[in-house]
Amino acid sequence: MAAKQVNPTRMELTRLKKKRITAIRGHKLLKDKRDELMRQYLDLVRENMEVRKKVEAGIRSANRNFVIAKAGMSEAALNTAMLAPKQEITLEAGGKNVMSVDIPTFEYKTRTADENDIYSYGFAFTSSDLDGAVKSLADILPDMIRLAECEKACQLMAAEIEKTRRRVNALEHVIIPETEESIKYITMKLDENERSTQIRLMKVKDMMLEEAHHYSGKS
Amino acid sequence: MYKIAVVGDYDSIYGFATLGLEICPAGNREEIRNTLRRLAEEDYGIIYITEAAAAEVESDLEAFQERMLPAVIQIPGVSGNTGAGVQGVRRTVEQAVGSDILFGGVS
Repeated sequence: MAAKQVNPTRMELTRLKKKRITAIRGHKLLKDKRDELMRQYLDLVRENMEVRKKVEAGIRSANRNFVIAKAGMSEAALNTAMLAPKQEITLEAGGKNVMSVDIPTFEYKTRTADENDIYSYGFAFTSSDLDGAVKSLADILPDMIRLAECEKACQLMAAEIEKTRRRVNALEHVIIPETEESIKYITMKLDENERSTQIRLMKVKDMMLEEAHHYSGKS
Repeated sequence: MYKIAVVGDYDSIYGFATLGLEICPAGNREEIRNTLRRLAEEDYGIIYITEAAAAEVESDLEAFQERMLPAVIQIPGVSGNTGAGVQGVRRTVEQAVGSDILFGGVS
């Protein structure tokens, strides 16, 4: 018996057969999509982890440098040095489409080309440790941008994979079996109807013969 | 044209100012939340947030997960690495695969 009530008609049968074909096709496509997404995702997430470890190590050492720099200077001098940044970074964000997932791509531009513009202070009143600290931070910036790109892509792709996986499972374990069961139910019902019509006709024929010629088909 | 912001306690992030990133010092939960909300509405492509600050506003961060921009990325602060960033990567693997098959053994 079908899980939900269906009309045992030919029209319904045709509709369900079409539905089954679509469902099977959709299932195959979604499964391919899921597999391909997963393949790309695994590559990406490995890179993500690598870049993240690199960035975290970089920031840790930069922070250490900053603490040392801070120890060698007065707080006021440090704040003054940091007060007016010379350099400015703008970000160009593009989009890339990976298996129908829009992932961002980042490209950054510095306002001035001179890489020494990260030192926003005169060298006279600051310790040299500060220069090193700022430099170490500047060195990991490209990796940080890459990390942002990777990690965002991973998050978006993970969400998409989860959605696709749910759809594949729903089609595979719910929609397709249900449709098949309904199709079976209708086919049986239609066959049964046909047989019962046939029997009825035979019975009527018997009765008519009996009436006309007093002839009994049974004996 | 987007900008990059860094959110967290001042000691952890002041260095980024020299690189030309915008620093948004925020101490307590309310401040962090308001800052994030403000940044989300403006043209920021990437928001770096210290792990300590991110832990305060975890529920707010989930809203950013599904959005393409801005990308909210956790970075370790001056007080040390809490491992929350790595944990976040693992969580996405769990979400995608069902269980953490890649980094399960590595800590």
